[in-house]
Amino acid sequence: MTIVCPVPVAVTERIQLGHGSGGKMSAALVRDRFLPLLRNDILGQLGDAAIVGVGNQTLAISTDTFVVQPLEFPGGNIGSLAVHGTVNDLAMMGAQPRWLSAGFVLEEGLPLDVLDRVVQAMAEAAAAAGVLLVAGDTKVVERGKADGIFINTTGVGVCPANFAPAPARAQPGDAVIVSGLIGRHGIAIMTAREGLAFEAEVTSDSAALTPLVDALRERLGDAVHTLRDPTRGGVASALNEIAAAARIGIVLDEARLPIPGPVAAACEMLGFDPLYVANEGLLVAFVPEARADDAVSALRSHPLGRAATRIGRCVKEHPGMVVLSTGIGGTRVVDMLPGDQLPRIC
Amino acid sequence: MKYLSEYRDGTVARGLIAEIRRTATRQWVLMEVCGGQTHTIVKQGLDELLGDVVEMVHGPGCPVCVTPLEQIDKALALAARPDVIFTSFGDMLRVPGSDCDLLQVRARGGAVRIVYSPLDALELARKNPEKEVVFFAVGFETTAPANAMAVWRAKELGVTNFSVLVSHVTVPPAMTALLESPDNRVQAFLAAGHVCTIMGWTEYEPIAAKYKVPIVVTGFEPLDILEGMLLAVRQLEEGRHEVENQYVRSVRRDGNQPAQDLVSRVFELVDRNWRGIGPIPRSGLGVRAEFAEFDAERRFAVDGIHTAEPTICRAGDVLRGVLKPFDCPAFGTLCTPERPLGAPMVSSEGACAAYYNYGRFRSAV
Repeated sequence: MTIVCPVPVAVTERIQLGHGSGGKMSAALVRDRFLPLLRNDILGQLGDAAIVGVGNQTLAISTDTFVVQPLEFPGGNIGSLAVHGTVNDLAMMGAQPRWLSAGFVLEEGLPLDVLDRVVQAMAEAAAAAGVLLVAGDTKVVERGKADGIFINTTGVGVCPANFAPAPARAQPGDAVIVSGLIGRHGIAIMTAREGLAFEAEVTSDSAALTPLVDALRERLGDAVHTLRDPTRGGVASALNEIAAAARIGIVLDEARLPIPGPVAAACEMLGFDPLYVANEGLLVAFVPEARADDAVSALRSHPLGRAATRIGRCVKEHPGMVVLSTGIGGTRVVDMLPGDQLPRIC
Repeated sequence: MKYLSEYRDGTVARGLIAEIRRTATRQWVLMEVCGGQTHTIVKQGLDELLGDVVEMVHGPGCPVCVTPLEQIDKALALAARPDVIFTSFGDMLRVPGSDCDLLQVRARGGAVRIVYSPLDALELARKNPEKEVVFFAVGFETTAPANAMAVWRAKELGVTNFSVLVSHVTVPPAMTALLESPDNRVQAFLAAGHVCTIMGWTEYEPIAAKYKVPIVVTGFEPLDILEGMLLAVRQLEEGRHEVENQYVRSVRRDGNQPAQDLVSRVFELVDRNWRGIGPIPRSGLGVRAEFAEFDAERRFAVDGIHTAEPTICRAGDVLRGVLKPFDCPAFGTLCTPERPLGAPMVSSEGACAAYYNYGRFRSAV
């Protein structure tokens, strides 16, 4: 019997979809292709938003580009998503989002009623989040050169004094809290895109997180060590980034993860892990153990945070690593994914 | 979805673990055949909880892992053709061939699409009559009926631009090959519940009798696997070697007869190469002559591609249960999910990926 195996794969020489997945390939692209040529002290911090000082005012700036398909999905559309995504990146740095710009790439042939609904959703989302859309740009490209609508939004927010949550501030003894149910956005998009039908419709959680951040700031102030919105790459990737930035270990309790039944069912069929599925209206908060109940009750005081709950804790052991205690008493590592999750064969 | 939480109950699990410990008077070596079971075991930490009484070795039942390099290279050649839309289940896309994978073919402009069913691929063929649609039909007996159905339907509908690149394999010949191997350590098998849902378990009765090895048809949830382990350990302790069915909610002795009939109308037994194991006679399924027009290998003359598999990684030893992924010198260093040397590191059901993704914490302490 012979031992056989394939030869190693050559270094990839072109962009693959996995480079946009938010996992290890995305991180490598930023590290190897962008930072060497564009690095400065502010960019080099690689936060959700850049923090800049103007006079005695501290501002946060963030930009994000939205290419979601389908353009409209249960729970939102590309317009509301483009507002929520950028607003949330600012909010996770503790900033109060104030101004937005929007750049549109429109494909020739796009029905105007679709555009109208997208812009309507943007207007409603911006109003709800308390931001003003103050600058915009539109480009139209030939049919086939874009996928309906692409939107870039850039946001500017004002950082309040004495409130500066950051990934590196998470510390052993902190409780890990999520503000709601895990995995809704990714599964809503997946089922809408692939025409998959499950027993109950999953709607996207897309929402501005500013009210939840306000509630936490008012109740706990600077005891909020870290905030993160686990979008691409899901809760698992966000926690891995925090564990690495803060040099701490994170232990999750599987039995406490708030995963809705239909999300669990869809993941089971597709071979996905809900911990890696994208969210667009969820935040993860790190606060000292003694303040955990306060934080949960502050989050639950707002309708968006009704399902807020503790899911784990930070430890000194295994720095940089996220470990899950399974429902039946075992443990496993929850690592970053290399690229996209791929649906399995059987 | 029913049956998700019921079979993951921690209290019942602890009871089963205690019962396995009470029953075992020594350490036994069990093999779970299917990669789906491997993932449950490592994901839930079952191997860690019971390691001193039951050593689990991880069997060859990962369709992605055992698909030979030669078939991957044929897939890559087909996918690169401008007239072809190549369709596949998702986890084949990252499996390395000789010089790239399907994701890279797609980045270079090849039309590669993920589908969830071979019937979706057939539908794609009907919607794109100017293109050739090829479906990568891999897997064990579990996926064979749906793939046979796609070919059957294509013929019935007169679709002339659909074909399948077949790399089907069957479980019993692989179990026999493992048992015949001089370095075999396996004392009992947990057979793959979904394969048996289709095929039943009559094929396993002569294997259990001839090699005096207990075979327990087992499901995929943590409690299924623990119960399967318990039944296997009981047989070993009592000196029995029977085929037992743990997965009673899905498996009948004769399996699914209509599915078996469909498979044998479209496919026939052929010799197959298994990646890491080598050639096993009459261990695979190929397209019958009366459906030759739907066989991508005949249709596109890619049967001239012959790739010799070099001996860099030790996937073969891993797939036979002789080597634990941790003990491979390349594991986690030269070979990672981002840069896999072998298929078991790529597939979500591969033993190496399971150890890498879920087990690194344990290897570090």
